[in-house]
Amino acid sequence: MEDWIAVGYLISAALFIFGLKKLGHPKTAPFGNQLGATGMLVAVLTTVLSMQVAGNANWELIIAGLILGSLIGYWMAVKVEMTGMPELVALFNGFGGAASALVALSEIQKFIADSTTVPEGLELTVTMVAAGLSALVGWMTLTGSMLAMYKLKGGIEVFGKWIKTPTWGPTWLNPVKILLFLGVIALIIASIEDPTNEQYLWAIIGISCILGLILVLPIGGADMPVVVSLLNSLSGIAAAFTGFIIGNSVLIIAGSLVGASGLILTFIMCKAMNRRLIDVLFKSFGGDGEKQSLTRTKVGSDADEVAMMLDGAQKVIIVPGYGMAVSQCQHQVKEFADLMKEKFDTEIKYAIHPVAGRMPGHMNVLLAEANVPYEQLIEMDEINSEFPDCDVALVIGANDTTNPAARSGEGPLAGMPIIDADAARTVVIIKRSLSVGYAGVDNDLFYMDKTMMLFGDGKAMMAGLNTAVKEI
Amino acid sequence: MTPEFLIGNLTLFILAIFLGFELITKVPATLHTPLMSGANAISGISIIGALIGSNVAYDGGETALSGLLAFVAVVLAMINVVGGFAVTNRMLNMIAGKKRGGA
Repeated sequence: MEDWIAVGYLISAALFIFGLKKLGHPKTAPFGNQLGATGMLVAVLTTVLSMQVAGNANWELIIAGLILGSLIGYWMAVKVEMTGMPELVALFNGFGGAASALVALSEIQKFIADSTTVPEGLELTVTMVAAGLSALVGWMTLTGSMLAMYKLKGGIEVFGKWIKTPTWGPTWLNPVKILLFLGVIALIIASIEDPTNEQYLWAIIGISCILGLILVLPIGGADMPVVVSLLNSLSGIAAAFTGFIIGNSVLIIAGSLVGASGLILTFIMCKAMNRRLIDVLFKSFGGDGEKQSLTRTKVGSDADEVAMMLDGAQKVIIVPGYGMAVSQCQHQVKEFADLMKEKFDTEIKYAIHPVAGRMPGHMNVLLAEANVPYEQLIEMDEINSEFPDCDVALVIGANDTTNPAARSGEGPLAGMPIIDADAARTVVIIKRSLSVGYAGVDNDLFYMDKTMMLFGDGKAMMAGLNTAVKEI
Repeated sequence: MTPEFLIGNLTLFILAIFLGFELITKVPATLHTPLMSGANAISGISIIGALIGSNVAYDGGETALSGLLAFVAVVLAMINVVGGFAVTNRMLNMIAGKKRGGA
């Protein structure tokens, strides 16, 4: 490698490091993202230039691939609805893992096609081990991310029929995962002895794909953010292993940086949900078919009734959840807040649970889109003490994150921090039905005497409520 | 590949892992998703490997499959990179952009 190429990669690696650092702080995050993108540009330019200097650049192909990928990626990123953001991150992640694994496969195919180029000695060992591990992690990331994406969506539409993404994981599946993992390791060792054996190659790919699926299959939708974060870490590791095969420093540095920082982020996210990573991965949680059946009923209220109760309220705390994201009613929510402020000079705040929605920060993004001032969005730990002085807690499509059962120390929700909406003087809940949330636990909050239920779609209900408030 | 080259790469690998662990400390919940998405875009660095692979592979005539695989990798990695940075930027504009306007 010529010196200037190494310098180009070094600059790019430094930009990645600064970028990641800046991404962790609210003020500098947009700049951090730009630094990361610049780092990538430097790396790509360095590579392309080095090919040009070496005189063997295959321009048509390079440009075709770069443009095609850029257009598809940009189009998807711009086109996606804010509610679909988590799924898109999962999908991109799967593509990244697959790309690393494909590069590894391509390198192996080279010497399978022409056996005179098979490396020898140390290089052979390093290549086969790195290619095997890159395949294991990369294909696992692809299938795992795809399944995670459909879990976040909740299901898949086949010929107009909605099929719910299954959650299935008997305890015997855990030893199977370990056996499959050991199987891949054995295959990698065998492939060092017989590097041109294509059967080993396809077996490694096949088992890795299955591993990705059965790793994600038992995990409930509520834990998907943690899983996507872990898969993100894995796709970084896959890139690092690929770097070993082609002997490229920037792949090793950037890949292992993402691998390590992604793992730390995974732990931080687990902590926010008061869960341990090992429990998330190997103890199935939520939606495992053992949902509590409902034995209680609650009479629903109507918009006029709620509007009358809201008359003259001093302080209202809005608690948004995934239901708000699904019904896209953030604009109606903002309109409601403005109305209350205008008519009764009500103080409005929003209580944001760290895992409300399907990704941390999901609610912030949606409410920001509706022009809700940032300082009205209060994180759970800070707002919980304010509920006793609040006249009305308006819960919009949130369930598990407000369930008092989490305090009891028993059941699937045990120990998860919740929003203390039940401490408010009156609780209004907009929800389609009394049905249980992801965790499959009945919610006592719905049945309290001070709770008023508005049954229906979030958007329709908020619009109705706004009309009723206007008419007071 | 000399043993020195391998040791050099392993050193980079281990040191970068330690650096990655130290880099992320306390991150507010709002930034979890953008950070994940931005890091995810960086993991698309395999674009470099894919470019090198697709170029070298097409030089020879015998390696069509290898080149095709690398070409697919270029497209996938590029989707990951461009889409990842673009979507992160969009998210951050919504979160941080509003903060500056509101303050």
